[in-house]
Amino acid sequence: MKVRILVSFKDSVLDPQGQTVKNALHTLGYAAVKDVRQGKVFELELEGATKKEAETLVPEIARRVLANPIIEKFDWQIIKDR
Amino acid sequence: MKFGVVQFPGSNCDFDTFHVLRNVMKRETALLWHKDHDLQGVDCVVLPGGFSYGDYLRSGAIARFSPLMQEVKAFARAGGHVLGICNGFQILLELGLLPGAMIRNKNLKFLCQHVRIRIENEKTDFTRAGRKGQVLRIPIAHFDGNYYAPARVLKDIERHRQVVFRYCDAEGNITEEANVNGSLGNIAGIRNREGNVLGLMPHPERASEALLGSEDGRTIFASLILSLERRKPARRPVRRERARHD
Repeated sequence: MKVRILVSFKDSVLDPQGQTVKNALHTLGYAAVKDVRQGKVFELELEGATKKEAETLVPEIARRVLANPIIEKFDWQIIKDR
Repeated sequence: MKFGVVQFPGSNCDFDTFHVLRNVMKRETALLWHKDHDLQGVDCVVLPGGFSYGDYLRSGAIARFSPLMQEVKAFARAGGHVLGICNGFQILLELGLLPGAMIRNKNLKFLCQHVRIRIENEKTDFTRAGRKGQVLRIPIAHFDGNYYAPARVLKDIERHRQVVFRYCDAEGNITEEANVNGSLGNIAGIRNREGNVLGLMPHPERASEALLGSEDGRTIFASLILSLERRKPARRPVRRERARHD
């Protein structure tokens, strides 16, 4: 099974890199872009884990290692069932 | 007393720190390898600056899982003194020994320059050789030194006088301009509530010899020595002849 985890800053935390990308987009004339938040993507290949097990395992890994819960939030999905 | 300097793959201030503790402050100092489990009986653990594990994932995020860091954590929980400098500060935050987190500098630049920090709390084991409001000139060198903590945590830190250093101007004024990396409350260094763990972004080991332009960093090491040697009788007689080590 393959899962994809998206880690990004919480809304309350300033994202200076996202701000810089937004400014660059504005310079290029993309006035419609209201905000940019930058994040990280992780793809994990899990062996022998059921969907139910993944539902416990993945958030645990995200909380303990991939994201710093003080400043970051995460979202995840299964991208390959087997 | 005996210091221990931890070495991770990617540490690059380990020998500077070792040199200052041994040859300038003239105290016994051991290098501790991150894969070991033995703190070698040190009285104070120093986590030096650098880029442990290449700063992969987040600064300090991988180093905290090192075998030795589990020992350091237990040592700190039992009241042992731990000093984290720059990357060492980031590791202490990731480890949860200090509150808050670091994000990228507000101007997105790697900052390598002398800054001034003001001693906010001189009644700590890391600052007792200094004076309240004293301004120290010490260099910084970091990409992620923009201190962040949720409002509730920040309030808590201030209430318990855990802010030990703030970025300031030459006169000691806490200004937005002096806050080079954008840290909340101009925070440059904090301690834990118990007072035995301190993290700071500036590098005192790079400002401990007149030849390098500033000796202000010695205040922090001298404070530790003062605190730890006063607390308990020396385990061995002070050997003053241990002067030549260069």
